[in-house]
Amino acid sequence: MPDTSLAPAQRLLTGWGRADATRGLVWTPRRGEEIAELLANLESAAVIPRGLGRSYGDAAQSAGGTIVDTTLLDHVGCVDANGEVEVSAGTSLDTLVRRMLPQGWFLPVTPGTRQVTVGGAIAADVHGKNHHADGSFARHVTAMTVATPTGVHRVAPTRDPDLFWATAGGMGLTGIVTSARLRMLAVSTDRMLVDTDRFADLDAVMTAMEEGDARYRYSVAWVDCSGKAGRTRPGGGLGPGAGRAVLTRGDHASLDDVPAPQLRRAAVAAARVPRPHLRVPRHVPGGLLNRLSIAAFNETWFRRAPTHRTQELQSMWKFFHPLDGVAEWNRLYGPLGFLQYQFAVPPGRGDVVHTAIQTLSSHRIPAFLAVLKRFGPSSPGPLSFPMPGWTLALDVPIGPDGVGRCLDRLDEVVAEAGGRVYLAKDSRLRPDVVPIMYPRLEELRAVRRRVDPRGILRSDLARRLDLC
Amino acid sequence: MLDAFGQPQSVVVLGGTSDLAGAIVEALVRRRCRTVVLAGRDDQRLGAAATAATATGAQHVSTVRFDALDIAGAVATVDDAFDAAGAADLVLLAVGVLSHERDELDPERTAEVVTATYSWPATALTRAAARLREQGYGRIVVLSSVAAMRVRRQNFVYASAKAGLDAFSIGLSEALRGTGVAVQIVRPGRVPTKMTEGLPSAPMSSTPGAVADAVMAGLESGAPVIWVPPAARWAMGLARLVPQALWRRIPG
Repeated sequence: MPDTSLAPAQRLLTGWGRADATRGLVWTPRRGEEIAELLANLESAAVIPRGLGRSYGDAAQSAGGTIVDTTLLDHVGCVDANGEVEVSAGTSLDTLVRRMLPQGWFLPVTPGTRQVTVGGAIAADVHGKNHHADGSFARHVTAMTVATPTGVHRVAPTRDPDLFWATAGGMGLTGIVTSARLRMLAVSTDRMLVDTDRFADLDAVMTAMEEGDARYRYSVAWVDCSGKAGRTRPGGGLGPGAGRAVLTRGDHASLDDVPAPQLRRAAVAAARVPRPHLRVPRHVPGGLLNRLSIAAFNETWFRRAPTHRTQELQSMWKFFHPLDGVAEWNRLYGPLGFLQYQFAVPPGRGDVVHTAIQTLSSHRIPAFLAVLKRFGPSSPGPLSFPMPGWTLALDVPIGPDGVGRCLDRLDEVVAEAGGRVYLAKDSRLRPDVVPIMYPRLEELRAVRRRVDPRGILRSDLARRLDLC
Repeated sequence: MLDAFGQPQSVVVLGGTSDLAGAIVEALVRRRCRTVVLAGRDDQRLGAAATAATATGAQHVSTVRFDALDIAGAVATVDDAFDAAGAADLVLLAVGVLSHERDELDPERTAEVVTATYSWPATALTRAAARLREQGYGRIVVLSSVAAMRVRRQNFVYASAKAGLDAFSIGLSEALRGTGVAVQIVRPGRVPTKMTEGLPSAPMSSTPGAVADAVMAGLESGAPVIWVPPAARWAMGLARLVPQALWRRIPG
């Protein structure tokens, strides 16, 4: 059979946070079958799949090893009457939504960007604003094909569930997903009906979420971690402005929700998925995003939000993916890069959310808005991140003194509360806290012993955190 | 692996018995470092340094013996140290022999100082760079000296060898661009240690603790040159402009 793959090339790779680059041999197959052949005959010591590189840390790179770039595998099959569709693993959610929306189908779960692949969404078991209602991405995968060093497996929640669920959230360490069958969500317009509420402090927004989230499919709050110019209140506690929040909740608008004049453009048949209209230039000096600029942004953003507004019609793209309008926005953080800290804690431990925001605020660490959300039930994946309770995510630039140690202390608070840090975002955890945060890690290792006895599926993340 | 703050989990220290190396290893172990390989000349001092690293919390500590006058053995020393580490996230080079005024007319002593301070380190760094390239990632931190920036009579043999090593490291850093391996140079002022015992205190001096703190911050920032104290950067910039006739008269 002719080799149709692109020539392998040595490349320096980083995650979306642009820190810690490592070099590996990037190999870009054109067909899923080539991956099985590669895994069976691989000579290098390590191999890991990579999609669009949106993991923040080192999950999709393997120093000195082979990296399988899946992005040429982008076949989208025909959707059946139940909304099920077979999709190649390198297909981006952006491509998928462009193909599906005009036929009346939307993504069952959408993370903060459409620029992730289906394989990556499964490997990180991503979640969206509807986690409390619909669960994580893998909940909507009815079957998938996983290429492993010992062969190709077609798995489903009822067929080899151990491999299926270890792969969902398994960060690519149980095999390379080549194709998956997804159950899509039926929608009739590209508009959302959104309720927005502004809160002066963290307690108020958390109470509102606990009481009201069940009435909405989608819910998320943006919390200001910096406060007014990063000032802190003497004697501890949050500084003025830190902890204020904007809560947006909503659901897909039906044709009846859209006023007649807009109807023709809002109907899915006419849906147009926007392209990025801005691009951050290649060379951005460090320090652009500092305490002052971030506090100013947070202030503007908070004041722009209405105190209370209901049933507003918004475009899907503004609601789900506001950052997708700016290509390569990660360059804004300058040459040192940044990281995203995201953790989850059980329902009764909202105090950890307070502690986290207070710690960052009092260390004067410049953090953009944090995203706060309530999670529903976990998926059965042993390394799947979402767990019932609260999750908080925030971007932190690398550079200011003491950020590393401050996050180390937060890790301990999170672990002690029975919570965990999201591996797809991580670039700095201590390996010894990982088994505490992910007590079912051994189940992943057991599956690996079966499908990858030589232990060749290995990423920099796995090496750094002793995952295998 | 290195984390997003440039913190290593394993370190190979060439010159592992020096006071500066000891302070840096201690700081590294307090953050993320679990595997420490110390290469040095003196068995007894190596043992003491290994005990100290273990006491700080390092999980795997091993030692490799070498003699910095044995250039032919440099490659094997580096290989042994890498093999003991498994993979080296960071290579710290802290090898050197100080010269004194009394040595300046002794050709054998000059050869020793230059060999231990320049030739052996340059040979070892070349091998370490090759090993790190194979790994696809890693950092090299080279301890240079502010003395290398403007040579003085008191220790010119040592200072000239450090100047050579400093220039070598800059070149190596350029040669490694795009490979995933980065080189950082530390230029500390005079640090009162075993090496400087009996010498009068000097301006722009520093302490092992301050050097370790600066190296930790440097790993995080990725700065190509780390000055300790930071003001030494400006002072030495000026010093290089001072005419020799005047430089000779400045005490220190």
